Amino acid sequence: MSTSTTTDSRSRGKAPAGERIADWADGRLGIYSLAKANMRKIFPDHWSFMLGEICMYSFIIIILTGVYLTLFFHPSMNEVEYHGSYVPLQGQLMSEAFNSTLHISFEVRGGLLIRQIHHWAALIFIAGMFVHMMRVFFTGAFRKPREINWLFGFLLLVLGMFTGFTGYSLPDDLLSGTGVRFTQGAILSVPIVGTYISMFLFGGEFPGGDFVARFYSIHILLLPGIMLGLMVAHLILVFYHKHTQFAGPGKTNTNVVGMPLLPVYMAKAGGFFFLVFGVIALIAGIASINPIWALGPYRPDQVSTGAQPDWYMGFAEGLVRAMPGWEINFWGHTLVLGVFIPLVLFGLLLGVIAVYPFIESWVTGDKREHHILDRPRNAPTRTAFGVAWATAYLVGLLGGGNDIIATHFHMSLNAVTWFVRIAFFVGPVVAFIITKRICLGLQRRDKEKVLHGRESGIIKRLPHGEFIEVHEPLSQEQLHTLTAHEQYKPAEIGPTVDENGVERKVKRSEKLRAKLSESYYGEDSQIAKPTAEEYREITSGHGHH
Amino acid sequence: MSSQDIPEKNLPAEQGHAHGAVGTVEGDPFADPGMPPHEHRIQDIDERAAKRSERVVALLFTVSMLATIGFIASYVAIPHDKSIYLFPLGHISAQNFALGVTLGVALFTIGAGAVHWARTLMSDVEIADERHAIEAPAEVSEKVKADFRLGAEESQLGRRKLIRNTMFGALALVPLSGVVLLRDLGPLPEEKLRHTIWRKGKLLVNMNTDEPLRPSDVAVGSLTFAKPEGLEEHDHDFQNEIAKAALMIVRLQPDDIKDKRELEWSHEGIVAYSKICTHVGCPISLYEQQTHHVLCPCHQSTFDLSDGARVIFGPAGHALPQLRIGVNDEGYLEALGDFEEPVGPAFWERG
Repeated sequence: MSTSTTTDSRSRGKAPAGERIADWADGRLGIYSLAKANMRKIFPDHWSFMLGEICMYSFIIIILTGVYLTLFFHPSMNEVEYHGSYVPLQGQLMSEAFNSTLHISFEVRGGLLIRQIHHWAALIFIAGMFVHMMRVFFTGAFRKPREINWLFGFLLLVLGMFTGFTGYSLPDDLLSGTGVRFTQGAILSVPIVGTYISMFLFGGEFPGGDFVARFYSIHILLLPGIMLGLMVAHLILVFYHKHTQFAGPGKTNTNVVGMPLLPVYMAKAGGFFFLVFGVIALIAGIASINPIWALGPYRPDQVSTGAQPDWYMGFAEGLVRAMPGWEINFWGHTLVLGVFIPLVLFGLLLGVIAVYPFIESWVTGDKREHHILDRPRNAPTRTAFGVAWATAYLVGLLGGGNDIIATHFHMSLNAVTWFVRIAFFVGPVVAFIITKRICLGLQRRDKEKVLHGRESGIIKRLPHGEFIEVHEPLSQEQLHTLTAHEQYKPAEIGPTVDENGVERKVKRSEKLRAKLSESYYGEDSQIAKPTAEEYREITSGHGHH
Repeated sequence: MSSQDIPEKNLPAEQGHAHGAVGTVEGDPFADPGMPPHEHRIQDIDERAAKRSERVVALLFTVSMLATIGFIASYVAIPHDKSIYLFPLGHISAQNFALGVTLGVALFTIGAGAVHWARTLMSDVEIADERHAIEAPAEVSEKVKADFRLGAEESQLGRRKLIRNTMFGALALVPLSGVVLLRDLGPLPEEKLRHTIWRKGKLLVNMNTDEPLRPSDVAVGSLTFAKPEGLEEHDHDFQNEIAKAALMIVRLQPDDIKDKRELEWSHEGIVAYSKICTHVGCPISLYEQQTHHVLCPCHQSTFDLSDGARVIFGPAGHALPQLRIGVNDEGYLEALGDFEEPVGPAFWERG
């Protein structure tokens, strides 16, 4: 049987090679159906949407440079004597891990650059995730249907922190070894199982000869593997849900306005990868990071002053430093609260991030999809809560550097620590109140703008001598944008007595919800947005107050 | 640049409002006016401006190529141990600097070129796309649920309880093998954290000079670090042992010692304390000779060495363990036993 009869009449005309390859691939992978929905997919434009991209790109950069580093790094704690080109350490005993890191830094050409790109990219990755999450949080982008994606992002943040920690522990230098020792001490504080976990993690007593190899497989395989999966899932969901957008003319909850993936977003986002990579490479070429040769190899009986973890572990460090040294001894056991409470707080502070979307959706009882972003001022309680959280976080971070602050600003270390102890509780409350007031003030300003127009800066003198400022009415676009947000009414418990006079039992959760709802959406928590009637009343008289 | 020679037909006014016409809204003053008309960029109407953009993009891509050549040249030509002084960075590795800058420029200019291209030459007309509800329509979800019920029924899982229960049992048990396999990750704690290699008669050896210490070697106001005799850097378990056995030795005026037991365990005012902080195990290294306070540089726990090394500030939960010392026949400082309590951070079994 002959198969030479052509099945595709187009191929006689010899389509371009690219098209023929695409046809071939479509027959096997079905790429055209995939591309139909995605090639001209619309992406809204807003600067804050780049934050997530920074995270993704720095993650890719970390993987690329990390693979390179594995080619030279020896994850072993065998002690060797140093004979490399860095003179001050020659003849010193050190682990192979430290030795090979020196080799990467001094003998491998470009090795130091890749090491520094890797480390800088990691710092930027986690900082990027924080800022990206703040953008998502403060604009309410985590609401239905994106709660799961918020959780994926949360897991990426937490895993990123631990990947970073296991990573900077690998060179086995004096600073990172001190950090590992701290971690081991914190693990020991866990009631009942702490000592066992420590023995199992370190293969015996600290430091033992295993942790570098174990951290290595966790750092290069286990955690990044999970993270890669999560990141892919995160992106798939971003594609599937489509991007959120801010309210504006022509932008509704049922459409998405922006520019197509091909070509504009391909070029912008693709180009942005190179921008991020380029900036990180420049930083790595200019700014030294983690100069392990200046720190020396780890010895459990040595330490340097001003020991600091990488920045993202700083707030945990601060919690540990500020905590009073409580210890309870009973029945032959020790409850090391002075370390265990900060450990739990560390988990709680992060855990709040994970559960927040579910708390808010429970309070609002809103089951609809939200694709229009909130301006932070229009959700004052949420915004205030976020700022309160950030305040607690920053106070912790400050506490993590209490010695640096004390020495640099010539302050009493004890005073700084006491400030952290108090500010950790007071700071968030104050921040909450201030933020909420600022939000309400901004809401009033918006309302004023809608009803009375924009201050034009033109001063007019009236015939009788009075000076007034001319207000320019807003355009239809601006009027719509400033009034597009929705305002919830606080949830009420409802009648507790039914028509037959039988009293209904009100569940405690119901009461709590009503209370929370009141604090979210009650009279003190939002400024009623201008109504059409108010607007007409003011504009019809052409009068200005 | 002048816009006087722009052909009339290219001007925005001539191109009409094809895009999202602005409707006048009668009822609601805040109603959505629809997408605003597209505003043209200079490149859309002036071909010469577009040409300029094209040249800028091409220039950026060319700079990138040059930078890559520069990267390779730096890799080959600059000795990797050459250090240069560059204000305000100080002394830095010449090769690292050259490689970083050339790589950075090579990458950045590709990105800058692509973004400039997208912003000035590619269409910037905004398009609206529809969104569809994420959840499936009711008939689809009904169908799926019915399919699932059918499948579950056909499996007979619900009806044949014996199969169900044994399966759950088997699936619950099988991961236990994995858990058991983790057992050899490390030994059990037993008494390991309670003892160090200090024994009665072991000499206190100066960490820096590697010589046994005599009382006369310890001056008032000085801080000496010591290790047990016989523990050498090259020993296989040096790291594990020094992590517990490291000592701080200071000499106080015996009258200044407030704690009775501390005085008993000292020798001529010389006291030996564990160097390992009782907070999370950092080595304590900062000594204030006037007050006899020591401070852990990691978390700033402060201990008063003249008063049984009790905690006077910071997060540590209990005093530093003291080692009982004396002098042997040859006049060297020696230990009179191991520490009486576990050194280092507290743990559940410590008691």
